[in-house]
Amino acid sequence: MDLSSINPIVLIASMMAAATPILLAATGELICEKSGVLNLGVEGMMITGAVCGFVVAAGTGNPWLGFAFAALAALAISLIFGIITQVLMANQVATGLGLTLFGLGLSALIGQGYQGVRPPRVPRIEIPYLSDIPVLGRILFSHDPMVHISLLLVVAVWVFLKFTRAGLILRAVGENHHAAHALGYRVVRVRLMAIAFGGAMAGLGGAYLSLVRVPQWTEGMTAGAGWIALALVVFAAWRPWRLLLGAYLFGGIVVLQLNLQAAGVRIPVEYLAMSPYLITILVLVIISSSRGRNALNAPGSLNRTYHASQ
Amino acid sequence: MSDTTEALLRVEGITRAYPGVIANDDISFAIRPGEVHALLGENGAGKSTLVKIIYGLVRPDAGQMWFQGAPFHPADPSAARAAGVGMVFQHFSLFDALDVAENVALGMENAPPQRQLARSIREISQAYGLPLDPSRLVGELSAGERQRVEIVRCLLQNPKLLIMDEPTSVLTPQEVEILFRTLRKLAAEGTAILYISHKLEEIRALCEAATILRDGRVVDTCNPREKTARELAEMMVGGTLQQPARAKAPPGETVLELDIRTLPPALAFGTTLRDLSLSVRAGEILGIGGVAGNGQDELLAVLSGETRLPAQALKLSGIGIGRLGAERRRALGLLSAPEERLGHAAAPDMSLTENALLTGASRERLVSSGFIRWGRARAFARRIIQEFDVRTPGPATPARALSGGNLQKFVIGREVLQRPDVLVVNQPTWGVDAKAAAAIRQALMDLAAQGAAVVVISQDLDELMEIADRFAALNAGRLSPPRDMRELSLEAIGLMLGGAHDMEVAADDAVERTGEVISELVQPGAANEEPRP
Repeated sequence: MDLSSINPIVLIASMMAAATPILLAATGELICEKSGVLNLGVEGMMITGAVCGFVVAAGTGNPWLGFAFAALAALAISLIFGIITQVLMANQVATGLGLTLFGLGLSALIGQGYQGVRPPRVPRIEIPYLSDIPVLGRILFSHDPMVHISLLLVVAVWVFLKFTRAGLILRAVGENHHAAHALGYRVVRVRLMAIAFGGAMAGLGGAYLSLVRVPQWTEGMTAGAGWIALALVVFAAWRPWRLLLGAYLFGGIVVLQLNLQAAGVRIPVEYLAMSPYLITILVLVIISSSRGRNALNAPGSLNRTYHASQ
Repeated sequence: MSDTTEALLRVEGITRAYPGVIANDDISFAIRPGEVHALLGENGAGKSTLVKIIYGLVRPDAGQMWFQGAPFHPADPSAARAAGVGMVFQHFSLFDALDVAENVALGMENAPPQRQLARSIREISQAYGLPLDPSRLVGELSAGERQRVEIVRCLLQNPKLLIMDEPTSVLTPQEVEILFRTLRKLAAEGTAILYISHKLEEIRALCEAATILRDGRVVDTCNPREKTARELAEMMVGGTLQQPARAKAPPGETVLELDIRTLPPALAFGTTLRDLSLSVRAGEILGIGGVAGNGQDELLAVLSGETRLPAQALKLSGIGIGRLGAERRRALGLLSAPEERLGHAAAPDMSLTENALLTGASRERLVSSGFIRWGRARAFARRIIQEFDVRTPGPATPARALSGGNLQKFVIGREVLQRPDVLVVNQPTWGVDAKAAAAIRQALMDLAAQGAAVVVISQDLDELMEIADRFAALNAGRLSPPRDMRELSLEAIGLMLGGAHDMEVAADDAVERTGEVISELVQPGAANEEPRP
């Protein structure tokens, strides 16, 4: 075993890349849940984004078209969920699980013939001067643009929720949909927009996996990332900054266990591979056991079916 | 009635039908500026639909409205707000997890930036004697303070017409007095107020005109100051009202004893119960008063068995039952009916038979060796429906389909017919019309007369004064020592409720003036009296 082979700077930089897909998906789900909708279909939307982004990027040779199309495709299937749960008022949990299964199946169908194809490379941006700063430059400024975009999106979501009127309305709808309706806000419309945003973000996260992180297409390649994103939203107590922290923590453990495997730690690979998930569960248990602020922060109308007549 | 030129709001021929029921049938009335106008009627008479039409939440099928002489047909609440109509809702339209300023901003068309808004909230709330801290979370406020948020939200938009739907149902007498002063001040400034309430004494004290609705139609108009509460009630019901009467039985042995040191709440925004002890004797009714959110739900949960205690903290006939769950306690004779009818006392989508089965299974032997005896269960449900005059097509109807009053009669009847030794009820007549409320109170008194101990937790002081033998006040999770109801003056009850603490800024003289107000509001048997000069 040779722990000295692990370079902390590279470790942190690759942690950020590892965290980006779940950070993107979780940011979308955060908005969705803040509006009072629990969409368990994140995994399905992510993998739809992964395959659609991959197909378009491989076909056109332009990864950015791939990202855009991934967001659109995942948004489209999130709206299936939106219409079923908001307009037809079906149960959100069952519909969300259905969306995940649907997404997994659909992506396998679309992805046929793309196994082993190499997608166009997403260029890494070396920002002049900034990238040359010792340590920090390598950690912060030598990534592909999606890493920075995901960070900007977290900031944008925070600003949106905290400072804008639209964000206030979104939180109000999620907190008490009957009261929001009584004040004249369009609950269903707000929620459909939140669901669509959640879908687009999950699609971006999926495309990051297939275009940057892996980068190739294999069936079922999201491998539970969508579920981790869902857990992260609870872990973060519906707060954007804690979401960022949680995503990087999870990314860090993933990268660390890969590095430990490479360094030849004498622990069976399976244990290392399951460690991020175990730690996520552990943290969730610890957080949920301390009631009060965290339980309080959950949107009041989360996962409740809204019917205007009541 | 006033003509178009001087009326602020004129409503003519408003009709709105829902499948199977005409909520509003050709309703006409008018309000002048500065008038406090009462809208009276039992549950289901169409009051809420009518005000929702005025506020733009519901569109009428037919009819015309004029506001300040111009045709008025708001498409949504923001159009109504823009025209100058404000509304304070019966179930507060507030958001617990947001702060006061955010809640206010949500009810405004063009909310100014938060800092400026916070300043206007402070100014206007001081001006009307309703102090509010804009940065506090609404979930932490008392019911009275929450209502202030709603009122301030309306006032910030300078409404010409303020609609208030059952505003006093959750307030202490002191808070009611502050509210009335605010409303009178507003009316003097020319704001018209459309006031909906079940509390007839309040209407007599506040309103100068009343429109009475029954089954969706205007049946009468009057000046409530010239009528007795009883006359008003009979106009609403369209018949004579039975006053509950009671055969007194001498109180027997102590059957239920509760003694708690501290018990933290199970839910966020709950109340911690502290140093709470009570005992009830067979044949008596213990009334527990207090404003919502002072531990009523927690106390009911402790008594019903939803919250477990150390065994000796709760004794039934001397046996420690604190550890037992609801089903075991029921078997021993301690029954309960929680406040929330749909979802707590009854399962909304299950039939009345199934709901009867849910609490009656063991005492009524509706289950044998694990199998449900449907015949017996249906018979039990039918018996409840018959004896408690529950208006429903039959025992197969889902609970959700019943009106509030009918479902409440069913819930109370289900427990009473199981012949409990101790019955605990929380808000037995909340949101129930006068007739059903009288029937429920009569049933509780009959039960006590037959030798059961009854604990009634209620925010309705009239109700407690009518039926309780002893009275204790629940305030911030503590229970005052119980006192004999007959010995208590109205002022004393008002002070026991302790609602005055956080009101001092608003009404330093409220305590002194409480007496007159309470005697206006809380007259035992006031319905029988002649109108006061």
